[in-house]
Amino acid sequence: MKDIFCKLLVIGAGPGGYVCAIRAGQLGIDTVVVEAKKLGGTCLNVGCIPSKALIHVAEEFKKIAQIASGASPLGISAGKPALDLSKTVLWKEGIVGRLNNGVAGLLKRAEVKVVEGWARFRDGKTVEVETEIGPQVIRAEQVVIATGSDAIELPFLPFGGNVISSTGALALTEVPSKLVVVGAGYIGLELGTAFAKIGAAVTVVEAEGRILPQYDAELTRPVAKRLRELDIEVLTGAKAKGLASKGDALSIEAADGKVVTLAVDKILVTVGRKPATEGWNLDAIDLDMDGPFIRIDDKCRTSMRGIYAIGDVTGEPMLAHRATAQGEMVAGIVAGEKRSWDKVCIPAVCFTDPEIVTAGLSPDEAKAAGIGFKTGLFPFRANGRAMTLEKEAGFIRVVARADNHLLLGIQGVGAGIAELSAGFSLALEMGARLEDVAATIHAHPTQSESLQEAALMALGHPMHI
Amino acid sequence: MTEHVIRLPDVGEGVAEAELVEWHVKIGDLVREDAILAAVMTDKATVEIPSPVEGEIVWLGAKIGDVVAVGSDLVRLKVRGEDNSSALTGARVAPRVKAPASETAESAPLAKRPIGNSLERAPATTALPGSATGRPPRTAPFRQSARGAPRPEGEKPLAAPAVRLRAREAGVDLRQVPGTGPAGRITHEDLDAFSAQGPGLTRALGLQPRTAVEDIKVVGLRRRIAEKMSISNSRIPHITYVEEVDVTGLEELRATLNNQKRHDQPKLTLLPFLMRAMVRAIVEQPNLNALFDDEAGVVHQHAGVHIGIAAQTPAGLMVPVVRHAEALDLWGCGAEVSRLVEAAKNGTATRDELSGSTITITSLGTMGGVVTTPIINHPEVAIIGVNKMMVRPIWDGSAFIPRKMMNLSSSFDHRVVDGFDAALFVQRIKTLLETPALIFIEG
Repeated sequence: MKDIFCKLLVIGAGPGGYVCAIRAGQLGIDTVVVEAKKLGGTCLNVGCIPSKALIHVAEEFKKIAQIASGASPLGISAGKPALDLSKTVLWKEGIVGRLNNGVAGLLKRAEVKVVEGWARFRDGKTVEVETEIGPQVIRAEQVVIATGSDAIELPFLPFGGNVISSTGALALTEVPSKLVVVGAGYIGLELGTAFAKIGAAVTVVEAEGRILPQYDAELTRPVAKRLRELDIEVLTGAKAKGLASKGDALSIEAADGKVVTLAVDKILVTVGRKPATEGWNLDAIDLDMDGPFIRIDDKCRTSMRGIYAIGDVTGEPMLAHRATAQGEMVAGIVAGEKRSWDKVCIPAVCFTDPEIVTAGLSPDEAKAAGIGFKTGLFPFRANGRAMTLEKEAGFIRVVARADNHLLLGIQGVGAGIAELSAGFSLALEMGARLEDVAATIHAHPTQSESLQEAALMALGHPMHI
Repeated sequence: MTEHVIRLPDVGEGVAEAELVEWHVKIGDLVREDAILAAVMTDKATVEIPSPVEGEIVWLGAKIGDVVAVGSDLVRLKVRGEDNSSALTGARVAPRVKAPASETAESAPLAKRPIGNSLERAPATTALPGSATGRPPRTAPFRQSARGAPRPEGEKPLAAPAVRLRAREAGVDLRQVPGTGPAGRITHEDLDAFSAQGPGLTRALGLQPRTAVEDIKVVGLRRRIAEKMSISNSRIPHITYVEEVDVTGLEELRATLNNQKRHDQPKLTLLPFLMRAMVRAIVEQPNLNALFDDEAGVVHQHAGVHIGIAAQTPAGLMVPVVRHAEALDLWGCGAEVSRLVEAAKNGTATRDELSGSTITITSLGTMGGVVTTPIINHPEVAIIGVNKMMVRPIWDGSAFIPRKMMNLSSSFDHRVVDGFDAALFVQRIKTLLETPALIFIEG
């Protein structure tokens, strides 16, 4: 095949890569994007989108099951629900498919060429792509590495058989009766909670002392409480050791040092993700690394001129919207714009039950940074809308500088709070002070009033508590 | 619960008041018995005031820098249970002397002594942690809307994303742009104003006038120095006399002595020679080794020569005193000077070692300059200032020859010392130093 020459080559069409390619195309740059699997990357195909679909199904099912059990005070009665998970998966695949097509359409409209196949670097300007119809050489003036990340595999629990990754869990067509989740990070808890709601007996094994160890304990407490209500067993300080010979049991070392064997149908291993730096001949370009990640500067430039890297392959937080923002910025830089990373915050959402949102500095981080600060916390049990939703668990917390009341961080935990995250990051990005939030009318009756109240609380005069 | 009053105890004989230099407690604090409440500074030393009881602080009687009379209420505490009358009369608390921060004149007829003389124009040096010289913390109050209010150094500029984008496109570094919005936020208008200044002004940013005025309260040792300098300078009409001294011979002798010195002998500086020369000169002019009590109209002429050595220490200026220099030989003077200066710098000098001088030497060593105008250590009547030694060309009648020259800048109390006597004294010292053998010849 004839070599392809282009101005910009993007390797990986996840939320970082495809956005970078679309934006570059919009800016009139001759752009090619290479993707070995499906457009949209982990996020769209096996991450954010399908997991949220499953979480939604589980929540709906749980609601009806609760009504059917007669435990609901709402006055509704219903028959016992049933779930056909294979249909659920089809529905979910439909959403993913629509989004895949949407990305393809957007790339096409931006006049970006998509090459399907696995890319390998020959040198800093040249890659070779293994396509279905043979090797394709692409020569580019500038390259963006957006290869993303992969689930970490435990050597003593390799994926396969009953041991599944999050990808495997999202493809299950039957609800496992006994599911053990190894790792109580956000992915494990999101999926573990969903499977518990649709009928699996779920046990979570976590090596650290508590769930969601990267969040502060105040934020995770409502989640821990809900896990108990859902009869999810959480074994903290426990380590998975390996499979029993038949593959139907997992031996773990409990916090007290005793080795216990748990009977399992499926073992979901969610112990984190690692940057995808293998398989595309990174050695050929010999980039400077930052631990396991590719080192980048505030313009996402790597150590080699003309090569950029964005997204999970460049470090934490491994979040789709970080990659997207980086991709959009790099496209601008390639088009000659003066751009650099100047974001105040990268919000993060954990779709547990209830949901957790963090944006900016937590109180602990503010303290570690040596900043004098004050906090304000408003609980949803004092919020009317939360009551009408039967979702009174959780709170919104603001962290602000003590001297000038500049907001440093906003965190919250509560049902549906993910949708409030936009207000959090907007406030931080705009440089809002406590007074700005407190003086902004927050529509009644909504959960968002709790943000205003938290700001008032930090100012010392809350209205509704 | 009863209230317990602690009054400022008698912190030293003859002391009627003391300056509060530090609070160790604040209102609401719970203190144990013997916990340090405050530090006060008298003419003589810094004294820590301990609590005689356990209780909660409810009232503080003074602010840092206030001068508090002995016996006035200092602290009120809420204490548990019954209280006895001592609470009302003020408990007897034993003050603790912390570190002598200034010289004392216990043996001297006059209680008030200056701490220093002239060369102490240098700013108060690093404060000792928790000591009397600790300045009140400087606070940089946050200014919210002042145009051009600078951000604290190293702080990121605060601006909404749209402002950042505009700045980027205009090539404006937001760190240079003053923010007038809340919390110093840079607004679109700020950016407009900045851009309107034009590139010339942008470049001139490094040389903008600074209009801030920082108020630093003068407390502790610095205040004491300030007061005593005022006394010295306002009460004593100074006559300052400068003469150059050829120290070539002296330097040769000093080098020889240092080369041949025993292990246990100190390395000689110029000071011991000067001290010995002063002792010799004072024999002929004893009226210069004196303390002038101008209120009583008496000059106390001392037989013993107690030479104060003005020394810069981390806590500020101190004047350790070499007692009875007339009874010390050259090596003895050298050893005593190095011991005392070291002690003063470490803060281990005793009150005796910091008081009782009858004449003073001031020297800034290699920074001594050409001429200084020393201020007399009140109530002394003379101070000898040592300037920097340097090689100068001297005309010997037929040619310029390089000689090691050093100036002496000396001040005298013109009320009791005539210019002629002052000149005579310095000329005598000059002769002794230029022919150093004379220092050692008795009679």
